[in-house]
Amino acid sequence: MNDASRMPGLRAGRLSPEIYALNFSDAYPPLDRHEALVAADRCYFCHDAPCVTACPTEIDIPLFIRQIATGTPEAAAKTIFDQNILGGMCARVCPTETLCEEACVRELAEGKPVRIGALQRHATDTLMARGVHPFVRAAPTGRQVAVVGAGPAGLACAHRLALHGHAVTLFEARPKAGGLNEYGIASYKTVDGFAQAEVEWLMQIGGIGIETGRMLGRDLSLETLREEFDAVFLGLGLPAAYALEGAAQAGVRAAVDFIADLRQADDLSALPVGRDVVVIGGGMTAIDAAVQARLLGAEHVTIVYRRGPDRMPASVKEQRHATARGVRILHNAQPVAVLGEGRATGVEFAYTAETDGRLAPTGETFVLKADQVLLAIGQWLEDAPDGLERDGARLRTDARGRTTMAGVWAGGDCVAGNAGLTVAAVAQGRDAAEDIHTALGAGKDTR
Amino acid sequence: MADLATNFVGIRSPNPFWLASAPPTDKEYNVVRAFRAGWGGVVWKTLGLDPHIVNVNGPRYGVVYGADRRVLGLNNIELITDRPLDVNLREIKKVKRDWPDRAMVVSLMVPCEEWAWKQILPLVEETGADGIELNFGCPHGMSERGMGSAVGQVPEYIEMVTRWCKQNTRMPVLVKLTPNITDVRYPARAAKAGGADGVSLINTISSITSVNLDDWSPEPSIDGKGSHGGYCGPAVKPIALNMVAEIARDAETLGLPISGIGGVTTWRDAAEFIALGAGSVQVCTAAMTYGFKIVQEMVSGLSQYLDEKGMSLDDLRGRAVPNVTDWRYLNLNYVTKARIDQDLCIKCGRCYAACEDTSHQAIGIGPGRTFEVIDAECVACNLCVNVCPVENCISMIELEPGVTDPRTGLVVRDEYANWTQHPNNPAAAAAE
Repeated sequence: MNDASRMPGLRAGRLSPEIYALNFSDAYPPLDRHEALVAADRCYFCHDAPCVTACPTEIDIPLFIRQIATGTPEAAAKTIFDQNILGGMCARVCPTETLCEEACVRELAEGKPVRIGALQRHATDTLMARGVHPFVRAAPTGRQVAVVGAGPAGLACAHRLALHGHAVTLFEARPKAGGLNEYGIASYKTVDGFAQAEVEWLMQIGGIGIETGRMLGRDLSLETLREEFDAVFLGLGLPAAYALEGAAQAGVRAAVDFIADLRQADDLSALPVGRDVVVIGGGMTAIDAAVQARLLGAEHVTIVYRRGPDRMPASVKEQRHATARGVRILHNAQPVAVLGEGRATGVEFAYTAETDGRLAPTGETFVLKADQVLLAIGQWLEDAPDGLERDGARLRTDARGRTTMAGVWAGGDCVAGNAGLTVAAVAQGRDAAEDIHTALGAGKDTR
Repeated sequence: MADLATNFVGIRSPNPFWLASAPPTDKEYNVVRAFRAGWGGVVWKTLGLDPHIVNVNGPRYGVVYGADRRVLGLNNIELITDRPLDVNLREIKKVKRDWPDRAMVVSLMVPCEEWAWKQILPLVEETGADGIELNFGCPHGMSERGMGSAVGQVPEYIEMVTRWCKQNTRMPVLVKLTPNITDVRYPARAAKAGGADGVSLINTISSITSVNLDDWSPEPSIDGKGSHGGYCGPAVKPIALNMVAEIARDAETLGLPISGIGGVTTWRDAAEFIALGAGSVQVCTAAMTYGFKIVQEMVSGLSQYLDEKGMSLDDLRGRAVPNVTDWRYLNLNYVTKARIDQDLCIKCGRCYAACEDTSHQAIGIGPGRTFEVIDAECVACNLCVNVCPVENCISMIELEPGVTDPRTGLVVRDEYANWTQHPNNPAAAAAE
C-alpha cells in the first residue's frame, strides 16, 4: 500500500498500475467449454419452465441450455437473441439471482440454481466471437422510424424494426451508443469494451443509421420527428436527480456520472477518488459506484440506504459483492445534509424507522466523514417532451408501449413501471417495435 | 462386518468381487495392484495359442456418456492377450503363489479343436490356477476367426468344448456366455450338458457406440474405419440381470452356479446380481473408469447391507429369484395410483410433460404451479416416478381392496388374478 492511498481529499493515482488492472478485470470470468457443459448438464428441461416466466424477455432458457449441452452454443445464442438482442449484455448485468436463477427449480431443490446467466454469456460470447450476426433483414418496407436514445430499449427497438425491414434512425445525445451499458454499469461487469462491440455487432442487421450528439429538446423536437418519420420511439433513459441540502458543494455528484467518467476513462490512475466515500442509495447504481470507488483506492466506502436490508433494491448477491470488497452498508438512515464549507467534509444522516411501509426519521442523527459523496437516490424526468403525459416522474404508456400521443412509443427507464433493469428495457423496446410494425401495417405494405 | 468370504464352484476368495477377464487382468503388475486394493479374485485376461495375436495400434475403446461425462457404456475392440503364452503362464504362477487366498481363474480361447484344448489345459493347470473360464463370448475380432461368440452362439459347440475341457483338466470349468443370442437359456443348458461347473455372464454386447459426424467413421476410429466392439458398463446391467435371472429360474439349469457380470459399478449392483443367484460377480468397466480402489466401497457397502438386513451372503444369494416370473402371472388386481408429495415437489413439471405428451394425461396443473395426479386417468405406468428428479417425490400408492378405481369404475378385489384367468384371454381356462 503506497502513501497515496491514505491521503485525504479527491486524489488520483492511489494505487499501482498492476492493482488497477487487477481490480477492474472481469469480476465473473466466463465459463470455458468444459465448465459450460458441466453447468448445462444440471438443467432439468422443465415443462413451461419457471425461469422463462421470470425472464422479462422470456428467453427459452431450457432450450438454449440443451443446445449448449449438445455442443451447439451458436444455436443457443440464436435462441437467446431471438428474444433478447442484447442477450450478451444481459448475461453480464442481469440480477439473475432475482430473475431466472431465483425461479430455477434447482434453487428450490438444493439452493443452487443452474448457472443460467453464465451459460447465456457462454453462448452469446461464442457466437459474437465469430462475428456472426444470425439475423437477416427483411426487404425494405420504405417506412422510416425515429428511435430516440441508443440505450438498451432504443437498441432493441431499432434492431427489431430493422429486422422487419423498416429504416431506422437512432438519435443519441451522448457521443456513443449503448446508454447505461456504455455509461452506467460497473466496468468489471463488462470489460474489454463489450458495450461498444455489442452495438457494432447489433448494427450488422443493417438499415439503422445512428446520429450521436443529438438530444431531444436541444437538437431535436418531437414535433419535427413526428413530421419526418412514420413512427417515433422514445428510449430517453432517466436523468439522475436529487434534492439534498449542501449537495452543490465540491466533492458531491451523481453516482451515475461518477460511473460514466470511470467507464470512459482511458487511464484509471488519472481518476480522482476520495479517501472517505459515502454513497447514498440502495440500488445497483449505488453498489456499482461504491465498489468501484473502493477499487479505485478509496479507503473507506459506505453505502447508506434509508430502509432495511430486505427492502434494498440491489440484490443480496450484489450486496455481498460489495461487502466482500470492503464496502460497508448502513441501513435505515436518510441524508439530512452534506456538510462542508464549499467542499464536502461529511454527511449528516437521520436514522429512520419504517412502520407499515411509511418511513420516518427517529430523531437521532449521526455524521459520516466524507470527502466524496455519490448520490444514487433519484432519477426522474423534470419535464416530459411536449404534449406527452407523465405518470408520476415518468412517461405514461400502455401495455404496447404507446404514449398518449399518436405515433409515439416509449420504453426503458423513462416509462412508468419499468424496474430499471436492462432486460426490462430490452423487452419494452422489442415489444414496442412489434407494435410499431403492426401499426405501420408493414408486411402487407410492399411499397 | 458380515463375512464376505466366498466359495464359488470350489474356488475360494475373501470376497465375491472378481475382476473380469479384460485389460485390467492382462499382466502381473495390474493384478498385483488389484489384489493389494482388495479384489477377491481375478479372471486372467484370455490366453490363446502362440503365436500371440496382435491388437490394433489405434484407439480400442468407444464410450457412451451420461451427464457430466459420466461413463455409462464402454465398448472395446481389443482382442485376447497380445503377449506370449509362456510370459502369461509364468506371471499367473507367480501371482497365485504370492496371493494364495485370492481366486485365480484363467480365461481361455483356442480353436474349436480338441488338440488345441489338450495342449493348453495342462500348461494352465501347472500354474496352480484355481479354475478356467472358457471365453465363448467376445463378439469382436476373434469371432471372425471362429472363436469367442462364434462358439457361444452354437450350443452344440459349447457343449462339445466344455466336455473336452472337463475331460482334460481337474480344474473347475466356467463357461462365459455371450449375450449376442436370442435366448440365453440354450447356451447355458449346453454348458451344463457339457459338464460345466458354472457359467459366467454376460460377455460384451456387439455395438457401435457412436459415429464421428465429421468423418463419418464409427468410434473408435482406426484410420477412418470402425468395427463393432463389445459393449459393457452400467448401460448393460439390465440386460445382464435379465439373462442371469433367466438361467437362475430355468428348470433345466436350476442350481447351476453363476458368476454375474455386466455393469457392476457399486455394491448395490453386486448385491442385485447376487440376489438373482450369482455366486460371484465380475467387474471391469467400473475399475477401468475409476481404478481398483472402488472394491473398498463394494466390500464395505455389501457388508453394511448384509448387517442391516441381518443376512449372510448365502442368505442373499438367489433371494430374488422366486420373484422373477412371467408377465402372465403378474397380479392384475394390484392397482396403484401415482401420488405427488407437494412438500418435496420442486415444480419442474417433467412429470406433467411426460404424462401429457407421451402417456395418459393423468397429471393436472393447479394454481401456483402445483402438479396433481388425476386418479380417473392414471394407469399407474410409473413414468412420472421415473422422470421426476427428486427421489421419493412421486410414489405409487396401492389401492386397498374394496376401493373403487376411478379410472375403471371397478372395485379393487382382494384376490390374486392374472392374465391366464382373464376373460379377455382367448386361451384362458374357463372358470365354469
